[in-house]
Order: sequence, then structure tokens, then C-alpha cells
Amino acid sequence: MSLITTLARLEAVRTGRARPAATVRHRHLSDRPLVFVPLTTAGEAGAPLGALVGTDRDAPRLLVVPQPRDRDLRFAFLAELADIVLPHLESCADVVERAERAETDPGTGKRVTVEVDLCADAAQLIVPSRAGIDFVRLLGRSMRFRRTAEQDPEAPYPAPPRVPLLGRWLTHYAERARVPGSSLLLAMTDLLGRHWATGQSTLEDQHLGALLAWIDPPEGMSGAEAAERAELARDPAGQLLCPPAGPATDPAFDNRLLAPAIERYDRARAALAAAEDGLEADERLGAVTAAEREIRALVESRTRPTWDAVWRGLDLLRTLPPGARVEERWTRDRWSFTGHRDRVLAGEPPQPRRDDAVTAANKLAAREREQARLEAQEALDDPLVMAGRRLAGEAFAGEVVDVVMAYSEGKRPSPRPLVTVRTDDRPHLGERAKVYRSLDGRPQTAEFVGYDEQAEGGVGVVLRIVDKMGRGKEPAAGSVPEKGDRVCFTLFEHEQRGGAKLPDPERTPWTHGGPPGEPAAPEAADPVTEEDLL
Amino acid sequence: MTTAEAAAGPRADLAPGAVAAPEAVADPGAQAARATEAILRDTLHGAERGVVVDSPPGAGKSTLVVRAALELAEAGRPLMVVAQTNAQVDDLVLRLAEKNPELPLGRLHSSDTDAYDKALDGLPQVRTSAKAADLAGLPVVLSTAAKWAHVKTDEPWRHAIVDEAYQMRSDALLAVAGLFERALFVGDPGQLDPFSIVGGEQWAGLSYDPSASAVTTLLAHNPGLPQHRLPVSWRLPASAAPLVSDAFYPYTPFRSGTGDGDRRLAFAVPSDGSGPDRVIDEAAASGWGLLELPRRHTPRTDPEAVRAVAAVVRRLLDRDGAALSERSDRPAPLTAGRVAVGTAHRDQAAAVRAALAKLGVSGVTVDTANRLQGREYDVTVVLHPLSGRPDATAFHLETGRLCVLASRHRHACIVVCRAGVGELLDDYPSTEPVQLGTAVKFPDGWEANHAVLAHLARHRVSWRP
Repeated sequence: MSLITTLARLEAVRTGRARPAATVRHRHLSDRPLVFVPLTTAGEAGAPLGALVGTDRDAPRLLVVPQPRDRDLRFAFLAELADIVLPHLESCADVVERAERAETDPGTGKRVTVEVDLCADAAQLIVPSRAGIDFVRLLGRSMRFRRTAEQDPEAPYPAPPRVPLLGRWLTHYAERARVPGSSLLLAMTDLLGRHWATGQSTLEDQHLGALLAWIDPPEGMSGAEAAERAELARDPAGQLLCPPAGPATDPAFDNRLLAPAIERYDRARAALAAAEDGLEADERLGAVTAAEREIRALVESRTRPTWDAVWRGLDLLRTLPPGARVEERWTRDRWSFTGHRDRVLAGEPPQPRRDDAVTAANKLAAREREQARLEAQEALDDPLVMAGRRLAGEAFAGEVVDVVMAYSEGKRPSPRPLVTVRTDDRPHLGERAKVYRSLDGRPQTAEFVGYDEQAEGGVGVVLRIVDKMGRGKEPAAGSVPEKGDRVCFTLFEHEQRGGAKLPDPERTPWTHGGPPGEPAAPEAADPVTEEDLL
Repeated sequence: MTTAEAAAGPRADLAPGAVAAPEAVADPGAQAARATEAILRDTLHGAERGVVVDSPPGAGKSTLVVRAALELAEAGRPLMVVAQTNAQVDDLVLRLAEKNPELPLGRLHSSDTDAYDKALDGLPQVRTSAKAADLAGLPVVLSTAAKWAHVKTDEPWRHAIVDEAYQMRSDALLAVAGLFERALFVGDPGQLDPFSIVGGEQWAGLSYDPSASAVTTLLAHNPGLPQHRLPVSWRLPASAAPLVSDAFYPYTPFRSGTGDGDRRLAFAVPSDGSGPDRVIDEAAASGWGLLELPRRHTPRTDPEAVRAVAAVVRRLLDRDGAALSERSDRPAPLTAGRVAVGTAHRDQAAAVRAALAKLGVSGVTVDTANRLQGREYDVTVVLHPLSGRPDATAFHLETGRLCVLASRHRHACIVVCRAGVGELLDDYPSTEPVQLGTAVKFPDGWEANHAVLAHLARHRVSWRP
């Protein structure tokens, strides 16, 4: 935890309210996010119990699996989920704009610019907590290898038509969520935790109710009191007043309410199956429906508070103006979205269960690049974040107290002005360290020359500006800071270089198990085990 | 195979030069020479595409790399050398040029300004370029892994030497492995593992996990490759080699190239009885010193501990130290250039630098464990990674971090630490999740830390500044 975060948390404890950790919003928020509040069944990994899903905060769709271990009911749930999520994704996939992209021409090997489609917007999916992201990943994995009756007439349990496709999309979203700064799939606890510092630990911040209690406590309560209430308070029947954001449910709810209700449902179904004539069946069907309605009401009672909390979180986040570089990062998300759309359209098989060596290395490199980009961009977008970097010795701000014109040696001397910046910050400047400042949104590089102990009003950092001054002998207007200017230099780079190109997967070297043999048949779904069946 | 076997098995039975028992008291020089011969034999004449050499701290890794490079060049095999940092590459170029002033060398560098050491420009045999094509045909071309990754070639090099291979990430090897047919991988398994700034758990357990070390991936896919080990540390004195070997290399022991009494550290100015002076005397006599400050939870840049480190360094230089070693008959003065301070974090290093500047000390290297890897000094002063901490995270417990800090010295190592680290360790056993398919590293940081602490306790000087 950085010093400034520690400080903000201490202040939050003292004031009883979360402190802002950002002055702008660092993630893209869609005008029409798809909120997904799933619940899972205790003890059954990947067996959904139900969910609230939708784009309209007043009219969420409730999906429930009354008997979570019943494969048919689970498929019905997933099919229904696909019918809600896929049209939303497709509504974005269908609207495109023209964009340019550099590609390697397969014939000549040269880099050429090609014009391609770029989705004008991408669908954004929001879940309450980080565990929700893992659940999306699990759902994606459980669905994407399923075969529909159309694909494989022999499949013993054919999946409903659109379920494998939903699995591929959810897998893509969950994988993209691992890219720092991406906004396709976001967890509300992460979003709020990025923008506010509470007086509790980051682990406790994973509780959406407690987190919101610190950020926006009810009248007359401190954040700590409200958070404690959100975590622990129970009604006379022993149920939590603020149900956990899921997907896991509270054991008290499971044992006292859910299990008996599911048992009643099972009994009603057994009775229905045993009905001997139509009249009896009608009656018993009524009992099944009633039992199902009861479970639906239970699931809704646990998901609705979380649903409302997510939208409240969105309201809070929308009070912050977006950071200047958020749009650029969202464009990367749109490229990612478009890329997946194109792979689906091209009929490519679902994402493999495990990445090959080259894909894994490429993904890791891309994520490291995005992490560095995100850290730099957040600091440049937000003075409060920059203050944290300054406190950590990774940047410094101050006033220019002296500018001395100097030139490089050589046949064509270029301007290399010496600029002295008086600062109260204490940057960790090594010998000849490079520092950067943002000049009209582009980074200008300077080199650390030394300290000037005699600078007026304190210690001065002497820098030599080395680029972005134009081609002439005299620096271009405005490219060199002037005496009296306030400047902020960072020790970290503002832009990230692209990494080296890795070999194609077909050319994986011997050190990494390559080259690969014949491509294997498409991966099958997980084999059915006894535990899968009732 | 259990993970314990995976870690210990392939190396426990390394044939050449293994020093399993203390009765192998053969001359260390002969022992090291035997190991080197076997390595060169496998490298030049072996049937396998790769050879792996584990080298404990100061065991002559660079000497081996230089010698192998010269012999491969001699044999007429075009050679590429992959190191991890520009400083390492420049160092290798200088050493090669010194050994064989006739051999043409290529230094491939990045297009940044100051991409390489300007000393190379003074060597007529060295050609420098940012383009690999300019260096084509030279018998030996050297560069960093990052630069090699951008090189494209139709005809791969016959041979490569990969230096510091345990500090190279698997994905970096993936980017360059297509450039060579065969390779010699050299490195120290006990130093810091490569790291990634983002989580890579999703690939943990895969044989080609991109954030694992290059050697881990290489051996997972090529388990039959010959593995060798350099058995003698020429840097670590007789007082340090057993501790470092037991604590950090329990299954692959090594010995010191020098015996008791071969290295001596003496100070002309007598002790003034202060804590720093007493710990300096203890370290001069025994090779180790622990300056223990009162127990306290502190911020990372603990001002008292930082001042104590600076005070020790100041006194080291003020007391006219002289280091006598097997290198010469006359003692060498202990100058600022022969002293280093090691810390866990960069802000700690910055704080120590500032404190030293206040005491008027200059020329002493102050850096983090990551940056001290591969370097050597007469005396090191270490700010213990767990000093003053309320918790012990995986970062602070990492075996390699302590190993680097405790193995940079030729004469003595002085550790500055708050009391209570032992209890802290007991309160925080390692809790890293176990990943299926990943070989567990032995020893773990918890155990290594305890081993070092137990040893240091015998050389403790308590001091209240």
C-alpha cells in the first residue's frame, strides 16, 4: 500500500467517512451497462442458483434455478441468460465505424495499413464483486465447450442453441478483465475501491455493502458503524440485513430458508411425477409452481439489495468526471470486443482451455504494458494520483527558477537548455536519470544533471531538456519551460513501447516444447461425472 | 514425481565436482577445474542441444562464460551471447577483449543514447551497432535478451550462451530461442527469481509459464539435458560459504575457495566502544555481525535503522580498514568502492544514500537486492528486509532476496536489524497458495530466514542509538 493510500485510510478512520482516492473517474462507464448479480449454490462449484440481470435499474430480469443440481433446469437458466445477454452484445456488435489498423501483409511481410470495422461501442458488463468476475469466467468455461444438438446430434445432453456462444463471450469478457485498465467487465467493489479509500482493510472492501457504507453512510451514522451494520446486522429471524454481494450466499440463508424451500420443491416435483390422473397432476403442478415461486422470491430477496447497491455505486461514480485518457483505453476495449466478434463470425473454435506458450507470453507482455500504461495515465489524468507518485519519489512538481540556454556538441548543435526546478518533493533521482513531462499531451524528455543547493527558495533540480524542441537551432515556441512556470516531471515513462514480436505458435522453439504436432481435434466439454447428475 | 524430488532430484546426483561430504577436501582449485572441464566437454562435444550450469554466488560464473565463449569461437562456431542487462553485456565484452585482444567481437545495442559503455569504443576489436546485420559474420556477438528479441534471422547461430539464465523469464527465452541451435545456460538458482508486475496465476503450473524462469521451462521440456554445478565459491570467505550453502543451497552444497584465516580484515583505528564499532570488530573477527536495534514497528524507511546503517559505513571508512586476501601479499585498503549497502526497497536505498550524504560519505554503492545481483564487495552492510515490519509478506520472505544480500561480500557482512524478527517469522509462516504442477522451491524463505538469523544471533551487538 502506498504512503498516500495509508494516509487516506487513516483520515477515513478519523473522519468516519471514506476519503477520495481520485479526483476523476479512471474507468469508462457505459451509458447502458449490463448489470449482472449472480448467486451460486453452496458446495456446487459453477451451479448457478439465480441472478438478476439487465440494463434497466427499475426492471431487472430475475432468473432462478429452483433445483440447482438439475441439469435441465441449469440449461434452461443459461438459455434464458443467453437470451438476455447476447442480444445486448449483438446490439453493439452490429454498429461499426471504419478504422485503420497496421497489419503485416502475409505476402510481402511488410507492415501495411488496412481499413477495418471497429465496433462503435462495446457492451459493458458490471458485477458486484471480484468473485463475480471469477463466476463469469467459470460460467464461460462451463458453457463454451458444450455441443448443441445441431453441432452434434449424438451429444447426450445437448446444450440449448445459444449457450455455447454465450460461454465464448463470457470467457472473452473474463479474460479481458485481467487486463489492467480494461472496462469491459468490471467489479463494483474494485471500481469503488479505486476511487475511494475507506477506513477498513482492502479485504473488507470486498464487501460491497460495507464499502458503500463508508463512502456514503446513512444520515447520523459514521462509516465504521454503517459498515459494521452492513456486515453483521441480522433480523430477528437471524438473516443478514445486507445480504452478501455474492455469488456465495450466507450460510444462515442457505440452511434456514433456501434448503427447506428446495426440499419442498423437490417433494412437490416427486409428487407431480407420481400423479395418477390429470386432475391430480393439475393440482400437484400448482404445488410445484407455488414452491418455485417461493424460491424465486427468496433469490430475489437476496439479489435485489445487491442490485440496488451496484446502481448506487454507479451513481456515485458518475459524479466524477472521466479522466482524459479513459476514452483511449476504452477504445482498446472496443478493439478487443471487435476482435472477438470477428473470431466468432469467422467460425473459429472456442478459446482453448489452456493458452499455448506463445499466447501466454503475448498475453503477459500485453498486460504488463497495460499496467505500466495505466499507472502512467492515471497519474497524468489526476493530480491526486500524481501526488501519490510524488510522495513516493517517482515524480516531482515545482516552479522553474532558472533557464540557461545551452547546446549540444557536434556539427549541428541542437538546443539543450538547462532548467532549474525548485521543488519540495524528494524524487529518487539517480545519476543522469531520465525524467518526463507532458507537453500538450506528448512526453518531453529531460535528463537529471544535478542539484542546485543555491537555488532561490530551496533545493533546485537541474534538468537538461533533450527533445521535442523542433529541428531548428532555436527551440520551438513553448517547448522550453520559462522562469516562473509550474512544471511536473515524472521518473516513469508516459508511453509504453511495444514488445518484441514472438514466433508464431507453429514455430514454438525447442526450449518451450515446440514445434507442436498435428493440431488436435476441437476440445471436448468436461467429461460428465457422477457428481454432475442427480 | 513429488515436488520435493522435482526440486532436489535432478541436482542431487550431479556427477562432476559434486561436493556432497566434507571429506572431499580436495584442493578447491582442482575441484573447480574438474567441473569446468566437464562443462566445456558437454558444451563443445555433447550430443544435447542444451547444457545447464548452476553457479552459487561468486563461483566463477563470468570466468566460465568467458572461457566457454573463447573456446566456442576457437572451434569456429558462430556464437551469440545473451545477458540480461546492458551492464552485464558490457562487462562480458571487456573481459573477452582482455582475454583475447585479437578476437573480433560484436556488441549489439539499443538505439537509445548511452546504450553501451563508452569504454568499448576504445577497443579496436569491438564493433558496436544497433543493427544485427552490421555485425553479421563476427565470431561472437553479444547483447541483452531484450535486444536479441528484436533480431530476425534466416540462419540461426550455431551456439548461444545465456548468462544469468535463472533471472531470465521464460517468455524472454521464448523470444530469442529461435535464434540459436544449441545453448549453454549459466546462472545462480539461489538468487532472485524473475518477477512480473501483473499476476500470472492463470499459467502457474504450465511447463511454459511465461513468468517462470527460463531454466525452469527449459528443463520441463528437456529433462534430459546435462546439468552441472560449480562447486567452489571464490568470493565467499570460509566464514560465509557454509552458512550460505546450508541456508540457501541445502541440496547442492558448495564450499569456499579459501580457508579459515586466508582472509583478514583489520582496522588501524581502535574501537570507540560504540555499537557500530563493536559490530565492525565482531564482523572483522568472525565474518558476520548483527547490529540489533530495539524492537519496534517502523515505517519502511525506519530513520533510526537508516542512520545506524550510515553510521556503520562511516566508521568502516574512518577506521582505516585493510583487507588481506589470497589475491595479494599486501593488505588492500578498505575504500568506499569496496563497501556496499543492500536494502530490500528502493526508498530504503534512497534514504540510506541521503543519510550517507549527510555524513559526508560518497562512493559507497547503495542499492536494492535486485540491483546488487552479480556484484562483489569486501564488506557489505545490509538493512534486514524484515526489520521493523509488522508482517512478513512473500516479497520480504523471498529466499533469493536474503541470499543476494548475504552473499555479496569477500570479507564480512554486517546486518542491521530491529529485534523481534524471529517472533515475526513465527507469527507469519508462508501462506502463499500452493499451485498444482509448480515445483516448490527449497528452502522456503521462512526456513532460510530462520537459518540466517540463528547464525547471526551468535554475532549480535545490541545497540540503542
